Amino acid sequence: MITVEQRTEFRKHFRYNVGRRLVLDKVVKCMVFLCVVVAIVPLVAILVNVFSNGAAALSWNFLTQIPGAVGSDDPGGIGPAIQGTLVLIGLSSLIGVPVGVMGGIFLSEYGNNRYGRTVRFFNDVLAEFPTIVIGVFTFVLIVLTIGNFSVWAGSFALSIIMLPIIMRTTEESLKLVPVTYREAGYALGIRRWRVVFTIVLSGAKSGLVTGILLAVARIAGETAPLVFTILGSSQFIQGLDGPVDALPLRIWRLSSLPYDSSVVQGWGAAFVLIILVLSINIGVRYLFLRRKGQAMLKFKKLGSMS
Amino acid sequence: MMETMTKIPLKDNSTEDVKYKLIAENISASYDGIIAVKNVSMKFRDRAVTALIGPSGCGKTTFLRCLNRMHELTKNATLTGRVLLDGEDLYSNKVDPIINRRKIGMVFQKPNPFPTMSIYDNVACGLKLNGVKDKKIIDEVVEGCLKMASLWDEVKEKLKNPGMSLSGGQQQRLCIARALAIQPEVLLMDEPASALDPIATQKIEEMIQELKKEYTIIIVTHNMQQATRVSDYTGFMYLGDLVEFGETKQIFENPRNEITAKYVQGQFG
Ligand SMILES: Nc1ncnc2c1ncn2[C@@H]1O[C@H](COP(=O)(O)OP(=O)(O)O)[C@@H](O)[C@H]1O
Ligand SMILES: [Mg+2]
Repeated sequence: MITVEQRTEFRKHFRYNVGRRLVLDKVVKCMVFLCVVVAIVPLVAILVNVFSNGAAALSWNFLTQIPGAVGSDDPGGIGPAIQGTLVLIGLSSLIGVPVGVMGGIFLSEYGNNRYGRTVRFFNDVLAEFPTIVIGVFTFVLIVLTIGNFSVWAGSFALSIIMLPIIMRTTEESLKLVPVTYREAGYALGIRRWRVVFTIVLSGAKSGLVTGILLAVARIAGETAPLVFTILGSSQFIQGLDGPVDALPLRIWRLSSLPYDSSVVQGWGAAFVLIILVLSINIGVRYLFLRRKGQAMLKFKKLGSMS
Repeated sequence: MMETMTKIPLKDNSTEDVKYKLIAENISASYDGIIAVKNVSMKFRDRAVTALIGPSGCGKTTFLRCLNRMHELTKNATLTGRVLLDGEDLYSNKVDPIINRRKIGMVFQKPNPFPTMSIYDNVACGLKLNGVKDKKIIDEVVEGCLKMASLWDEVKEKLKNPGMSLSGGQQQRLCIARALAIQPEVLLMDEPASALDPIATQKIEEMIQELKKEYTIIIVTHNMQQATRVSDYTGFMYLGDLVEFGETKQIFENPRNEITAKYVQGQFG
């Protein structure tokens, strides 16, 4: 038992220096705020810088036309690159999202064993792989086999880059769904896979979407693997088995040309890429995460990865 | 197996029309090798309420979870013994645990409506996910179950709202409606009112009296007044043992065991 004297002593201790604590509280708050500013400053700086450098290039023609001949008076546009990036993101997501989500479900729901640990290990290794290696791998596996650079090869390489990100974020967000909801499902006599696909997955939705968007943002800016897989092109897509252009490749090419107009176009293309990724992010979030009651917010925080 | 099974009479010989819906036989359960329920045998009468009381940690929840094969879902949990539902062993290899869970509904201690579902979907999902497609039937069942759980009047205007938007007591009644929707025959309730205010508790208790007419109800509670109010039979558990089991009146007014007497008099727990 705590004696009365002890209690008085404790009280003194607990209530000691309230003023200092309040100051400390303010200091920590300020520091956190400062950190946020420090994190945001480069972001805004990059956006402003990219925009101010590339604004001169932005026009309807820039967005829709094919590139002009190098060094000619008409610099043309980056239409094929925008189209290519959109198609590449779409196709790689078509491959990467289902496989990644399924893999994540496997790891979280059935991966508590040797197989699970093995898969998790290789998945983590894959996540750390330099993407250029994935590009070379795809080059050998697909480009050399088929005989030409293609949309397919690019999408394949990009989907491999997406996979580990989606798998891991899916696994983590599924694990965050409290066991009580699964148990409620089992108690209703719902089969395990159905519990996973209806109850658990919908509870983890916001984490899942965040992971997928992270992966999309990541591949949207990848350059190295594309060099080995799609080659680049100054034409709109002729077919999925032919070469294609992509924004990161186009940015790289434009900015390494010795003409001022090309460099400005490079900045413009970079701005377009940023806006593209941002719009996909906002659009997907709006589509998948909008209809939630206020009570869902609490749960959203639980399931959210960010 | 068959031999021992026939030894357990579904009907009690002494009182001709007593029917046992559920019989637990020598149930022992453990977590990570640490035993939580020790060789408990109990018979649960049809259309009656049986209460399980005892200090916290004595194994009430664990025992309850053995009755619908939920215990085995816990990692490293083991179990021995048998549970007979209408004379059929739930733990026999021939029976799919899923089918039996549909016959034995469960309400958990903490209200756990599905967070992404509306009030309506929370009740309907058991049916939908078990293959019922007819919208008219689902509508009827949802309304019926919400009425049985005495929640209908409070939510009929806002069935599309999220289940989580309800108050704690309403959420628990929603969970009861959800459990009733799959038309179980037995209802297991684990301290269904422990997190609720007196009014919500009273509503649930009234509802249990109503449900008793159709169901076999087993309710865990650590509130002894609640046990006396709602139950016909009471089992007292202590440190994993079933110390005493009998009619509620007898357990509370005339306990045979010393520990039971101390517990019901509120001397510990
Ligand atoms: N998931 C679990 N893992 C390990 N031990 C558990 C678990 N659940 C319960 N126990 C232990 O089993 C014993 C009985 O618990 P429980 O059945 O929940 O008791 P009650 O419901 O009567 O309060 C306790 O000692 C508890 O610590
Ligand atoms: Mg308990």
